[in-house]
Amino acid sequence: MTTNSPSKVHVTTTINGQQHELLVPGYMSLLDTLRELIGLTGTKEGCLDGNCGACTVSVDGRIVDSCLVLGAEVNGKNVDTVEGMATPEGLHPLQQAFLEEAALQCGICTPGFLVAAKGLLDNEPSPTEGRIRHWLAGNLCRCTGYDKIVRAVQKVID
Amino acid sequence: MHPFAYVAPSTVAEAVAVLNEHGDRARPMAGGTDLLVKARANVWELDAVVDIKNIPELMNLSIGNGGLSIGAGVPCYQVYDNSEVAAEYPGIVDGASIIGGIQVQSRAGLGGNLCNAAPSGDGICPLIVHSAVAKISGPSGDREVAVEDFATGPSRTVLGKGELLVSIEVPKPAANSGAAYTRFIPRNEMDIAVAGVGVFVQLDSSGKNFESARIALASVGPTPILASAAGDSLAGKPVNDETIAAAAALAKDAATPITDMRGTVEQRKQLVEVLTGRMIKQAVERARG
Amino acid sequence: MVATFEPKTDYKVVGTRPIRHDGYDKVTGRAIYGGDMKLPGLIWGVMVRSPHAHANIKSIDTSAAAAMEGVFAVITGADMPKAPSKLVDLGEGNINFKWASNKLMADDKVLYRGHPVAAIAATDRYVAEEAARKVVVEYEVLESVTNVVDALKPDAPIILPDMVGDDLGEDVTNTNMAAHVRHEFGDVEGAFASASHTIEREYNMQMVHQGYIEPHNATATWDEEDRIKIWTSTQGAFPARTQIAGILQVDVSRVKVTPTEIGGGFGGKIPVYLEPIAALLAKKSQRPVKMVMERTAVFETTGPTPGARMVIKLGADANGKLTVATSDIWFEAGANPGAFIGPAAMCIYAPYEIANTRIDGWDVLVNKPKVAPYRAPGSPQVAFAMESAVDELCEEAGWDSFKFRVDNASKEGTRRGDGVLFSKIGMQEVLEAVKECDHWNAPLGDAPEGKVRGRGIANGYWFNIGLKSSANLAVNTDGTVQLTEGSTDIGGSRTSMAMHVAEVLGIGAHDVRPTVGDTESVGYTDVTGGSRTTYATGYACWLAANNLVDVLKDRVAVLWDIKPDDVDFNDGAFTSKAEAAKSIGFKELAGKLDDLGGPATSTGTVDLESAGDGFGTHIADIEIDLATGKSDIIRYTALQDVGTAIHPAYVEGQLQGGAVQGIGWALNEEYYMQDDGKMANSSFLDYRMPTTLDLPFIDTVLVEVPNPLHPYGVRGVGETPICPPVAAIANAIKDAIGTRLYNTPMNAGSILEALK
Ligand SMILES: Cc1cc2nc3c(=O)[nH]c(=O)nc-3n(C[C@H](O)[C@H](O)[C@H](O)COP(=O)(O)OP(=O)(O)OC[C@H]3O[C@@H](n4cnc5c(N)ncnc54)[C@H](O)[C@@H]3O)c2cc1C
Ligand code: FES
Ligand code: FES
Repeated sequence: MTTNSPSKVHVTTTINGQQHELLVPGYMSLLDTLRELIGLTGTKEGCLDGNCGACTVSVDGRIVDSCLVLGAEVNGKNVDTVEGMATPEGLHPLQQAFLEEAALQCGICTPGFLVAAKGLLDNEPSPTEGRIRHWLAGNLCRCTGYDKIVRAVQKVID
Repeated sequence: MHPFAYVAPSTVAEAVAVLNEHGDRARPMAGGTDLLVKARANVWELDAVVDIKNIPELMNLSIGNGGLSIGAGVPCYQVYDNSEVAAEYPGIVDGASIIGGIQVQSRAGLGGNLCNAAPSGDGICPLIVHSAVAKISGPSGDREVAVEDFATGPSRTVLGKGELLVSIEVPKPAANSGAAYTRFIPRNEMDIAVAGVGVFVQLDSSGKNFESARIALASVGPTPILASAAGDSLAGKPVNDETIAAAAALAKDAATPITDMRGTVEQRKQLVEVLTGRMIKQAVERARG
Repeated sequence: MVATFEPKTDYKVVGTRPIRHDGYDKVTGRAIYGGDMKLPGLIWGVMVRSPHAHANIKSIDTSAAAAMEGVFAVITGADMPKAPSKLVDLGEGNINFKWASNKLMADDKVLYRGHPVAAIAATDRYVAEEAARKVVVEYEVLESVTNVVDALKPDAPIILPDMVGDDLGEDVTNTNMAAHVRHEFGDVEGAFASASHTIEREYNMQMVHQGYIEPHNATATWDEEDRIKIWTSTQGAFPARTQIAGILQVDVSRVKVTPTEIGGGFGGKIPVYLEPIAALLAKKSQRPVKMVMERTAVFETTGPTPGARMVIKLGADANGKLTVATSDIWFEAGANPGAFIGPAAMCIYAPYEIANTRIDGWDVLVNKPKVAPYRAPGSPQVAFAMESAVDELCEEAGWDSFKFRVDNASKEGTRRGDGVLFSKIGMQEVLEAVKECDHWNAPLGDAPEGKVRGRGIANGYWFNIGLKSSANLAVNTDGTVQLTEGSTDIGGSRTSMAMHVAEVLGIGAHDVRPTVGDTESVGYTDVTGGSRTTYATGYACWLAANNLVDVLKDRVAVLWDIKPDDVDFNDGAFTSKAEAAKSIGFKELAGKLDDLGGPATSTGTVDLESAGDGFGTHIADIEIDLATGKSDIIRYTALQDVGTAIHPAYVEGQLQGGAVQGIGWALNEEYYMQDDGKMANSSFLDYRMPTTLDLPFIDTVLVEVPNPLHPYGVRGVGETPICPPVAAIANAIKDAIGTRLYNTPMNAGSILEALK
């Protein structure tokens, strides 16, 4: 257990239900691990300092900003990204609601909002408007003014 | 960002050894919400990051008659999602539930908040007013430091070379006590305190008089400030608008803020006074149950 | 001769809300944005940026960086082709190649903090960043100026010593004043002399940023034939190509720009920042190079809209008629000329009919990033001044400010501040809609203890540009149609384009498959900006669809062995004029095309004057904590003349998004500059854009006054909604606390100050 050990870390992790074995440089963020090493570019980069939520993924069922997690940390963990939301049966109800309610304009924030909103509804099936706004405050959207995003989440609850 | 190695020890001794070996070119990482931001902004040049989350003691959250023990790596959400903690330590939950947004709270903890030693740290004042103690391990053994003495300046702490925060120990509050914390921010979330105030009050059994009180201030000095004169002024006094206003005025005097992009000296002093009054009232309400 | 159209109402597709075509890719993470680009052998580029706002570069030593393992190329200002001074129109603002080139990479002087001084390409981003830190630059730091007042002082440091300014047509040198323009009509002095009520006030605004969530990015290759390929998040592939070619000094045909999906722009992704540098790095390294900008650099070096100082004077007669207005406005251009004083002059008085007006505007250099268009560039600034001043005039005279707005509203024939006369406009209709709307008629409600409430209203205006657009159509044998159009899609526009085509052809919106073309697959198309896209590119799509109908008539004529002139087309079916029973539907015909001459294709191109004037009025209710100055917007309604809403959900979205950007501008957003010219708050944390928790639902009222200049009555909508909010909120704050704020941001600190 010294730092002279190779600077790449051996990581075994489950991403969207599929196991991956990776060699991750110690300093590489989970965001870059997903985007650069695995090629899952659905998770977006907006700021790299935890303030926009575009990089939101779920680790063992908790939403996190993947820019502020190291790839090396997810050894043995379950990571879920926007790419894992739809099933062969179809879109996740949140994805469908975002489309129907026009809850995206440019769409760069959308993966983060979807993963975050799923994190909420998985644990609290019928949050109030206030609770939805509180839960999503770590996700910035500059296009929509959030109106249609909140309505899309509410639509899934109804 | 300087490329660094990732080290994930499973014991305190291993962690201390790595930290000691690298000196200031290695740092412990709890949630990483300060550490990774600073490493990326080249505030530090690190050769190793020591993830403490595989060390069981540092991930322990327990509550009992001896009080509350919060491992240095316990993330905020575990603190506020714990119903016993929420019932007995609402002031600590006040702080833990406003650090960043939900994503940040999945990772960030009170240990990291304390060790980061930002004057604005929202987790620190509630711990100070609860008379919490930091348990530290290092190359020359273990020691304890009162949380109010932990930060020595912006981003500076009492931790020496190779030392690690293990846990924060919060005494069990007596009956008829209550605590509360709030901060002022321009937005409603995701913002750094312009000023913050934590209050702990101990009332007598009638609930009409203060027995003692502790008041701590965030973001109005180089470290979080224990406003002793303000807290002490309430001891033995009746709970009323006048005593509360007097304590709030003393808290304002204890604040030594600067003017920066987040607020001016005057604004911050006024906020301290307003928030102190509000938090004393809230703490009293909680003390009365 | 400009074609005009009669309003219609019996639409089948226009006005419906189909799911957008690109939506599935965007909710599943499949959509490829600029930062997602991957190419075989791709390496990363980063900039080395100046830590100083104003400094001479004494020397640059890149040797240590170049020697690092994994570094493939290093460039500095010396590698930049010397672009000549040449002004080119980009649709929403001009650029001069010389300044544009210098903005991307400093020559011998840095003009703003973050100004690139070198660039590096290496195996990955981490290596490139590490190498960037090894570049040694020796600076001679110069005094910097960051506001218009200091920049115009006689002893101010001169930012661009070789710039020749234009002072009302006269050349001026050795100055930070790039331009001074004036528009004057009527008898201003006489009107003030006879006015019974006058006020004069000064308003100031700090710079603010567009705040798109996706950082700038570019991926480039440069091959042996000197052909340059660029993939980028841009608001216009063709204007990007113009800039890249101009800066690199190559013919436009050498540059192919492929627009990727784009994560917001609001005007800020019209200028290029990284593309030419990525291309030069690609040339030097002989590898594809990708660059993605850091968020700090996005704030420090791209975008912002001008900070402004504005002095405005109004006069009215005793009957409440606004008779005269003058204004002097100074806009921050940043480190190169080009603040938006022209648009400001066009917009400032537009909501009002005023017989006598003057505006003087100054374009002033400061050591800050060169401004870029931001949603109605220049208009929100002057709307803040004008709409605040209108309220103040009414307060002084004791008039109802809403009635005053109605009584003085501009209409067909009104002369704008720059002299243009309005054709059919909807200001009066919007104000009528205010009278009817729920919000205006609802009480403010009682504030909780310790808080007060206020309501404010304000107008806003944007002129909406037209310009060039192109579209291609091709019929598939299954009865669907491929549409390739040149406008990059930032908010669902490709679906509106498809709807234009579907409406003409009588097919469903999803029977048209729209694609945003690259610069080699469709004709020249101007930027997605200026609120022109649905109007102009939609018009081109409409033309292409009509042209396609003509092509198909020929095929039907072959099928039935009649003359093309004897074929009719209605509601998706071709019929014979001679034989009413003869009919063939679009889809059936598509299936037979292979036997009737092969693929059927068409094109449509336009070059249009204006997308019709856009007027809006917003109502804001605010609640303020008297002890802390904290404010919350508790109710908000945006009303606007949107012409015909092709896809109403995305029109509402434009109103909501623009309103919220305006709310952020009003309350918290600003470039907070330190004395040394450093922006202290260059992160999303401290820049403080509104989060979802800071807002109520944003109500919208779409007033549809069809624009006679578009076949379906489309009017530009995207920009007007950011014009009223700042003033509406200023007026609401005044209503709540009784004191007026004259500077943005109107944050808790300044409200607290005002409450003293
Ligand atoms: C978007 C965003 C919003 C934020 N909002 C807030 C806010 O509202 N209020 C607020 O107070 N803070 C805020 N922060 C800052 C940060 O989240 C908090 O300070 C948090 O509590 C840090 O905890 P952490 O576990 O992530 O610490 P880390 O980043 O892991 O560590 C912080 C520091 O402590 C050291 N450290 C960690 N563990 C130990 C240990 N066991 N022993 C010794 N040293 C140790 C690290 O080396 C580092 O220097 C925000 C951060 C972000 C990114
Ligand atoms: S990129 Fe991670 S929060 Fe913005
Ligand atoms: S849709 Fe563009 S940022 Fe949210």
